[in-house]
Amino acid sequence: MSTIKTILNTITGTVEQPPRICKKCSAEIPYADYLANHCICPECGAYFRMRAVERLDATVDKGTFQEIDKKLKSKNPIKFPDYAEKLEKAEKASGLSEGVVCGTAKVGGMDCALFIMDSAFMMGSMGTVVGEKITRLFEKAAQLRLPVIGFITSGGARMQEGIYSLMQMAKVSGAVKRHSEAGLLYIAVLTDPTTGGITASFAMQGDIIIAEPKALIGFAGQRVIEQTTGEKLPAGFQRAEFQLEHGFVDLIEERPRMTYTLAKLLALHQTH
Amino acid sequence: MAAEAKTAYERVQAARNGKRPMGSYYIEHMLDDFVELHGDRRFGDDAAIVAGIGYLNQIPVTVIAMERGDTIEERMKRNFGCPEPEGYRKALRLMKEAEKFRRPIICFIGSSGAYCGIEAEKRGQGLAIAENLYEMMGMKTPIISVVVGEGGSGGALALGVCDTAIMLENAVYSVISPEGCASILWKDASKAPDAAEHLRLTSFDLLSFDVVEKVIPEEGKTNREICSALKSVLLDEIRKLSAMSPEELLDHRYAKFRKIGA
Repeated sequence: MSTIKTILNTITGTVEQPPRICKKCSAEIPYADYLANHCICPECGAYFRMRAVERLDATVDKGTFQEIDKKLKSKNPIKFPDYAEKLEKAEKASGLSEGVVCGTAKVGGMDCALFIMDSAFMMGSMGTVVGEKITRLFEKAAQLRLPVIGFITSGGARMQEGIYSLMQMAKVSGAVKRHSEAGLLYIAVLTDPTTGGITASFAMQGDIIIAEPKALIGFAGQRVIEQTTGEKLPAGFQRAEFQLEHGFVDLIEERPRMTYTLAKLLALHQTH
Repeated sequence: MAAEAKTAYERVQAARNGKRPMGSYYIEHMLDDFVELHGDRRFGDDAAIVAGIGYLNQIPVTVIAMERGDTIEERMKRNFGCPEPEGYRKALRLMKEAEKFRRPIICFIGSSGAYCGIEAEKRGQGLAIAENLYEMMGMKTPIISVVVGEGGSGGALALGVCDTAIMLENAVYSVISPEGCASILWKDASKAPDAAEHLRLTSFDLLSFDVVEKVIPEEGKTNREICSALKSVLLDEIRKLSAMSPEELLDHRYAKFRKIGA
């Protein structure tokens, strides 16, 4: 059984997945076709938001992924109302214990550490557990002398954890810096959407920053900017192409070529 | 107890009060021979951040301070204290200058947040904050951050990676404004007072979470008294932190943030 079937089986109890409906053109896509087409609509070319397991399947060499800190779960550090229920719901809806999956694997035959955020869990927002898992991953990667690849998607810091969430931005930044000072590579892959405190921390701290086409990438929310300035936002504002034009991402890569490009970059950084 | 005297939202309002002293006040009343230094050497000079070098007693320090201004003209000029990317880049440039001369850095935080605008995004507001977090984690000189007003999210944290975090009693520090939180969660910004309560954003909350190390009392005190109490705490902290080797200092800073939510 392939990695994805094993993982899907574990999280949903079945490998049978319903067809996906494209939000752009309403096409109904059988799941097998959807997966084979890199979670891109075969009719109109729209990118779906990939689940972490789907990304893993598309990225890592089969059978090489070893998950770390799988069971780490958020508590309710500031006793925010209704948060415990929200976490429970997110867990059921996503089949994950939190908004990021971390581990080690081979990509193109090369060892690396990976973190993959999943927007199905509270929009991939960062609370203490997401911050802690990513921090531990960078620390472990520094210890094992592994490069880190991060697939990022997040609405930003998770407000239900208050100041604890905000401080994760600093905590992760510290771990990224230590990993970097050990002479190790960090590739950030920005996918739709990458916003708020994530853009203002580890999304923009990669040695190499890759974006997926048309991904929304920015700091301030679009509605907030409109309300603050009263200005109308230009077409394509804060999209991957906008960020490339303004010099904030190294390249935009199509999803079907992403793994190939990552493997090339890993190889180019091998020092022996 | 005075700590219970104000609700969380009353403290938010106190932190935002237009008469509340901001960065420039502390520079004026705490430092001698202050020389203001301008510009990010990239694009421009952001007046929402005032920065320079001066003496704290006999010790040369670099100060990076958010400032919103008093008059309406000054507030326009200072963009109501909301920094643009150039403000954060100026801060980083001058922090590196301080590092070169092993000079302690004091940051004064008081802003509703990093400016949310089209131009700010075009010039990399997210990147500017991300770079400060990253570089401040490795800055080989003591950094002390003082939240004197509203500590608004990532825009505040961009001057908040430090060895010692201090808050004035009525300052607040939050991941999101109470209004923003209320409108997202309950579609009703008028529930901000409830949100303020739940967000646990007061100085006493943050002290109990071990996110800040010191709170400077304000109740019944004049601005001058608050300023002089803060000054003596700063001198103590500088003395303590300056005794550490750069490696000890960085390990201490890493550990300070590493333990939050571990």
